[in-house]
Amino acid sequence: MSTPPSSTVPAIDVRKLCKSFGDNEVLKGVDFHVDPGQVVCVIGPSGSGKSTLLRCVNRLEEPTSGQVLVEGIDICDPETDLDQVRSRIGMVFQQFNLFPHLSVLKNLTLAQRTVRGRGKDEAVEIARRNLAKVGLSEKEDAYPAHLSGGQQQRVAIARALSMDPDMMLFDEPTSALDPELVGDVLAVMKHLASEGMTMMVVTHEMGFAREVGDHLVFMDGGVVVEEGRPASVLGEPQHERTKAFLSKVL
Amino acid sequence: MKRTTRRRLTITGINLAVVAFVALVALTVDWGNVRANFWNPDGTTFDGGNWGDLITTGVVNTIKYTAIAFAGGLALALGLALARLSPIATLRWIATAYIEFFRGLPALIVIFFFGLGLPVAIPGWNPPGGFVGSGLIALIVVAGAYIAETLRAGIQAVPKGQAEAARSLGMSGGATMVRVVLPQAFRVVVPPLTNEFVLLIKDTALLSVIGVQIGQRELTTVARDFQSSGPTAGTATSLVQAALLYLIITIPLTQLVAWQERRQRKATR
Repeated sequence: MSTPPSSTVPAIDVRKLCKSFGDNEVLKGVDFHVDPGQVVCVIGPSGSGKSTLLRCVNRLEEPTSGQVLVEGIDICDPETDLDQVRSRIGMVFQQFNLFPHLSVLKNLTLAQRTVRGRGKDEAVEIARRNLAKVGLSEKEDAYPAHLSGGQQQRVAIARALSMDPDMMLFDEPTSALDPELVGDVLAVMKHLASEGMTMMVVTHEMGFAREVGDHLVFMDGGVVVEEGRPASVLGEPQHERTKAFLSKVL
Repeated sequence: MKRTTRRRLTITGINLAVVAFVALVALTVDWGNVRANFWNPDGTTFDGGNWGDLITTGVVNTIKYTAIAFAGGLALALGLALARLSPIATLRWIATAYIEFFRGLPALIVIFFFGLGLPVAIPGWNPPGGFVGSGLIALIVVAGAYIAETLRAGIQAVPKGQAEAARSLGMSGGATMVRVVLPQAFRVVVPPLTNEFVLLIKDTALLSVIGVQIGQRELTTVARDFQSSGPTAGTATSLVQAALLYLIITIPLTQLVAWQERRQRKATR
């Protein structure tokens, strides 16, 4: 599963990426890539730059220097239609970010209609299919405020999937959830992975990384410290910083 | 003395002082004169009194002018608020300058300027409605500056993650603003906007300083005219009547704001 099936172009190809917020250098030359169909998990202490790296992939953060190629397209090239590229990259946030003024179904159809230009019936049909996939068909008329955190996050995943993305970015998708709700969200993500979805997952869930991930990246201080197969990085970490981090979280 | 006893005595003392003050006022005032000057029966009857003109001309025009000024001010304010939050520095600068300028001026000065200055300065300046039209433009210009700040605060109150979620789905900046940010911002600003509306109702009284045709008079102008002619000429009766009518319009609105704010506090989000 870790080898690209047909295409040789990486889904995500990040080269020498640097990002500073004022004087604070958050990313210090990161090389990173995800092949089509691959599930890459990124772990590391808070402030290590892992979320910033993920947010640079669809340019929610503006890279200071370096390159980000998505399916071979340079997202910082002024010629690139950024909205078009973004519409093919699903993103799931730590805080869900569902649209509170819209019903669940409208959350799922809004971008389909405005960005993809789909008709109402088609958008609704696709939305319902994806709601079924995350197990929330009965909630299509509910408003986000009436859903639990776990349900909101599953709706957020269904919203991203409704755009038929080529890949999914997960930014600590379970960190804001009560412990008993984490399992449902991880199950949905696991199912997605089993269908061959390309995924970049910033997470603290080591179990998920070990079980579902094809590749694991450990970041600290704005650089990739160590990467490899999840079992080996988690089981036999080579670097002191990796060992120190894992000894605290495992 | 126990604390509760002392407290009770304090409250009783305050109540007694209030009663004594009211009694003093009631005894000092010449009620006959007050009635003749502030509530003259010649004007307060329903046939032949002041109510007819006050309501059918004054209240109707006041509401009409308020609605026009509010609608115009809101549209102008939306443009100003968006310009103020624009990534383009020139737009930000113009909007900020505009807002600071007109919020810093008395509305009365602006009304004089538009009503009396512009027709002289610009040949052919003749908005629909004549002087009232000029005055309404002045009210729109001023209201726009105040409402713009309210809208800006509302837009900024929408969490950044909302726009990020919309943009990550591929929605354009414009679609994100119209479909995601503004609907949420408007919810936040309904109570302060209602307050702006109440302020505007009262500000339409300022239009009384510019000359208008008889059918164009708003409530305060009608009341002022009854001070010099009609059954209660030479008394303040028509002003008291106008004041009552203003309160009948504004108090339900301020209560509505209070209710909206209570409901918003109770909302789960």
